Amino acid sequence: MIETKRPKLELLNRALVEKIVDEGLTLLERQGVWVENPEALGLLGDAGAVIDRRAQRARLGRKLVENALASTPPSITLYDGSGEKSFFVGGDEVHFNPGSAAVTILDHDTQEERKAVTRDLVDFYKLVETLDHMDFQSTGLISTDVPEAVSDCYRLYLGLRLSAKPFVTGTFRVEGFRPMKDCLAAVRGGERELRLKPLAIFDACPSPPLKWSNLTAQSLVDCARAGIPSELISMGMTGATSLATISGTLVQHVAENLCGLVICQVAAKGAPVIFGGSPSSFDMRKGTTPMGAVETMMIDSAYAQIGKFLNLPTHAYMALSDAKVNDPQAGFETALGAALGALAGVNVISGPGMLDFESAQSLEKLVIDDGICAMVFRLLDGIAQREDPIALDKFEGFTPETKLLAHPHTRQWYRKEHILAGLVDRDPYEAWVSAGRTSIVDKAHADVARRLERYVAPPHTANVRKELDAIMAAYARSSGVGRLPVWEF
Amino acid sequence: MNKSDLLTSMNKAIVAGDRAVAASLAAEAVRSGLDLPEVIEKGYVPGIQKVGELWEQGEYFLPELISSAEAMKAAMAVLEPEMHRQKIEAPKGGRVVIGTVEGDIHDIGKNLVASMLQAAGYEVFDLGADVKLERFIEQAEAVGAGTICLSALLTTTMAGQKRFIGLLRDKGLRDKYKVLVGGAPASRKWADEIGADGYAENAVAAVKLLKSLTERA
Repeated sequence: MIETKRPKLELLNRALVEKIVDEGLTLLERQGVWVENPEALGLLGDAGAVIDRRAQRARLGRKLVENALASTPPSITLYDGSGEKSFFVGGDEVHFNPGSAAVTILDHDTQEERKAVTRDLVDFYKLVETLDHMDFQSTGLISTDVPEAVSDCYRLYLGLRLSAKPFVTGTFRVEGFRPMKDCLAAVRGGERELRLKPLAIFDACPSPPLKWSNLTAQSLVDCARAGIPSELISMGMTGATSLATISGTLVQHVAENLCGLVICQVAAKGAPVIFGGSPSSFDMRKGTTPMGAVETMMIDSAYAQIGKFLNLPTHAYMALSDAKVNDPQAGFETALGAALGALAGVNVISGPGMLDFESAQSLEKLVIDDGICAMVFRLLDGIAQREDPIALDKFEGFTPETKLLAHPHTRQWYRKEHILAGLVDRDPYEAWVSAGRTSIVDKAHADVARRLERYVAPPHTANVRKELDAIMAAYARSSGVGRLPVWEF
Repeated sequence: MNKSDLLTSMNKAIVAGDRAVAASLAAEAVRSGLDLPEVIEKGYVPGIQKVGELWEQGEYFLPELISSAEAMKAAMAVLEPEMHRQKIEAPKGGRVVIGTVEGDIHDIGKNLVASMLQAAGYEVFDLGADVKLERFIEQAEAVGAGTICLSALLTTTMAGQKRFIGLLRDKGLRDKYKVLVGGAPASRKWADEIGADGYAENAVAAVKLLKSLTERA
């Protein structure tokens, strides 16, 4: 059999990749990066970086960065809550997860965005648990009924109670890391076990241009020491917080992410790191950061190619839209991003469900987007030879009366070669009319209800549940938070 | 194989769409001198009914549907000559003439309907594609059919369905036949507009429609 080609998108030629990386390394050496975290600055200094403590600035030599790249694992394997199902994050493997940390939810009944509350987050987790093409969960909504002091840990705590999938999450304050790590270890059965079988990825965003804040640098140090993968989310906005040219933004992206990678490696050599991002083309008329812009997707696909050149796992914020409701724009921006990201071989694609510049989530969109992801996975599977000969033997004894629909070959292959298209409409006109002219959004709304109905909670032992409850309660107490939204699981 | 196992196997062969097994089980029934109408009613028909259910539940798609219909046909091809020889009246749903109207060579949908009707026990006379309107009437008159099914895929050829109703009227034969229309551009509204007796959007619906019309009659 002839090997099946994995369809692949590469936007940059090799010489341009090398030039961008070279300029990124030179930028780190000459200009350096502002690191507002004393511990990270100290670690960088110990490793040979030139530190200006007063200006909180670190200049990283080429050798230091190259050594750090050499000690970073080229791939990561995440495990679900049971520790049995594994997900390879590396090579050209693709995993989708919902866009995270939205502040509002699109209410289907009113078609308006409203502040999200814990009840919405619970529905979100349950729904994502039922979606076949979302390999990972994300702490996707910020619940406004939870005090800010504990909201980073509370959303992970809730998620771990409700879902067995690996998580993409992150801290909102330095103190949040400890209890979040403890929750993960509780599910995994220990810190050593968690290191061997990571259950979550922590996002950490530099502040463009060329700055790592105290919170995010601390997250890198803490995650590295605990063996938790850090996802580096450089997010330049072209012409506003990064250069206006795409190639210029890519140079800055490389410098910011590699500084984060070095912080991880000097904190714990061999720490797992993902070369990610959430950059955007900046809209110069509206002053907004469109994630659905084709230039945004070009930056994403290109830095993923650079990440692969550096032999690192990759991530991007793609498969999302800036539309405010589930309209055609929501569909085409999401589908274009999902297809381009997957073709570029981005390992972790965060975005499904998201609207409005990463600020809103929609349960209906999650279901629709899951269908987009199904199509994309089919595309990635490529076109296989399947049989030898491919066709000739099937035409032996062929007559105009031969019914291909009833041919054993059809039954053998059609379900493997062709997927069901989820909620998309493929009815003949009359059937569509008699079924009530239902839009995909209405179908999605009904599907959300069906899925929430058939959701099954992960089988945690009573001990794990108790441990999670105790960690959360202790963190709330130490943060001076009296009451948390109580949820019946 | 005892009779009950045989009937169960027939059911399974139809659900699995296995032509060879369906035919060999029919031959075994003939050899064992079983009551053939009973074999059809209790062995094969529950199979094709199950297939219809699986289709409606979204489990079965067109290839399974048609494979099962073909398996049914293969079994009937063994049973019918024998019943004819024994002068047993086959349990029949009636005679149907079907074809794609003149100027239109699309026949996949029409073939699906023909197969499913046949599998459901109707005696189907399939005239093929690009059929002159007069041919439908000649054939129906010749075989004593009660139903005529007209398929059209093109908006240009669907007008033939309307002309056909007119043709029947001109010949004073309109009330003699049930006329059903189908095909991508056709609709219930179109059927009403041209004075046809019914419209079905797919092959399974066509069987249901014809059953409801013949039961009412």
